[in-house]
Amino acid sequence: MILDPTVIPASDRSILVQFGDEISEDLHYQVYLFTQGLLSSSHQAISNISPGYSSVLVRLHHKTTLAEGMDTIEEVLKEEHPGDTIPQRTVEIPVCYEDEFGPDLGRVLKHTGYDKEELIERHTSGMYMVYFLGFSAGFPYIGGMDESLATPRLETPRKTVPAGSVGIAGHQTGMYPLSTPGGWNLIGRTPLPLFNRSEPKDTAIRMGDRIRFRTVGRAEFESLGQSQS
Amino acid sequence: MSLTVLKPGFQSTLQDLGRNGFTHLGIAPAGAADSFSFRLGNLLVGNGENDTGMEMTLVGGTYRFNQSTLAALTGSRFTATLDGEDFPFFKAFHVKKGQELDIGPSQDGARCFLTVKGGFHVPQILGSSSTHLMTRIGGYEGRDLKKGDQINFGYSTTSIEPEKLEKIIEPDRSVLHVTKGLQYDRFESKNRDVFFRERFIVSQRSNRMGLRTEGPKIKAGITDEILTEGLPIGAVQVPGNGHPIISFVDHQTTGGYPKIVNVIAADLCKVGQLKPGDKFKFQLVSIAEAEKLYFEQESFFKKFTHSNS
Repeated sequence: MILDPTVIPASDRSILVQFGDEISEDLHYQVYLFTQGLLSSSHQAISNISPGYSSVLVRLHHKTTLAEGMDTIEEVLKEEHPGDTIPQRTVEIPVCYEDEFGPDLGRVLKHTGYDKEELIERHTSGMYMVYFLGFSAGFPYIGGMDESLATPRLETPRKTVPAGSVGIAGHQTGMYPLSTPGGWNLIGRTPLPLFNRSEPKDTAIRMGDRIRFRTVGRAEFESLGQSQS
Repeated sequence: MSLTVLKPGFQSTLQDLGRNGFTHLGIAPAGAADSFSFRLGNLLVGNGENDTGMEMTLVGGTYRFNQSTLAALTGSRFTATLDGEDFPFFKAFHVKKGQELDIGPSQDGARCFLTVKGGFHVPQILGSSSTHLMTRIGGYEGRDLKKGDQINFGYSTTSIEPEKLEKIIEPDRSVLHVTKGLQYDRFESKNRDVFFRERFIVSQRSNRMGLRTEGPKIKAGITDEILTEGLPIGAVQVPGNGHPIISFVDHQTTGGYPKIVNVIAADLCKVGQLKPGDKFKFQLVSIAEAEKLYFEQESFFKKFTHSNS
């Protein structure tokens, strides 16, 4: 498979490789292949890459010129990827949807018109797709949420959202690996450590993973949390 | 070989030139906010450019050297005394065991750097000692320095002649040169005119993740958001409230706001020195010009023979 995206400088030290301008699994597949191509190639020209929904940002090594960066990108794009497929890993994410962990459950229920049982049923029945990791360490951009669960972001973001919080923002659902500021509607929390400071490369969720949420009660939340720490 | 924090500054962290290779996991490079000054500091004490140094913000702090060493201060000039005597900037200086270095408020820009012979010794996380405050990794326990912290540093055996810089570069921070951002064309020309004509003020809410601005509001166009994509350092994002934000060393690795321009690499050191209340304008240059300026700045370091890559 030879990929044919648009390649343009994003700054004097970075290049955007754009495969399209929408969220689709087909574009994701191209982004995934190119990302893996860059990560596995032995080039010295590139220091950092950031895949997105339909593009990959390539940041240059401090000695590389834009022209050299462009050449490296062309080489990687031309590489054959015979039969490459995304490894279909499914990660189950335990979520405790107790009120204590989901301070915005009321807001989401009101907006969607569902009762809590139906909200949990709809949130846990989906098979989700991890398009890429970005924003902060280990933060997955997840697609595939039941459209009827869409709820607008909070008008005023919280200064601190606890790590592990599971939320809904517009048409997206996701999880906070770190305690950060955030404006998502929080509906629950996972005891699974999504980012581990002692093994920072081993993020719990990777680009290309499939995700399922599983509802757990308070007792299981605590025992899972203890066994993980 | 160690240094004790007697009084922390406003925000002092250990940094190197950044943690590269992990933005695809959402891990930002971090690294010194004014890498030009940081590299000079390392070279002055005979270190490699990437050795670990201390970055201080607005107010420096007080530090006791528990062993003698060679040290240097670079970056913006802060008030600085060693046992009551003035401590020079941009000059390697022999510090004796037990002496106290007191670094007060800045007299100029936002940050200065302390480098010591052999560098500070902290664990390398993913190949770098840089502190990323939000992730709480790198540097000294992943955080800014606190009173009582004891930081190990290298053992000085070399007899390298301390270097002094003949001419210190004082860049004009009232102008940031930029290239067109990825969504430049989405902004109407009248809004771009405002963007380049008006002066922006650095907001109090700025930090290593981003330099927020006050002043002119820029209308982004039809939609406030774009499909989330990789965010280059120096990208100037325009969120819904119209106040541009310059993404900086600890930046989020991806973003969903349109990017009107991108600060050129050669001017990123200026961003690290802008402090709340400072006023500046944006000035457009071509990508080719920006790249030329970047490599010119890099060539400055070539004369230091012990500089490593």
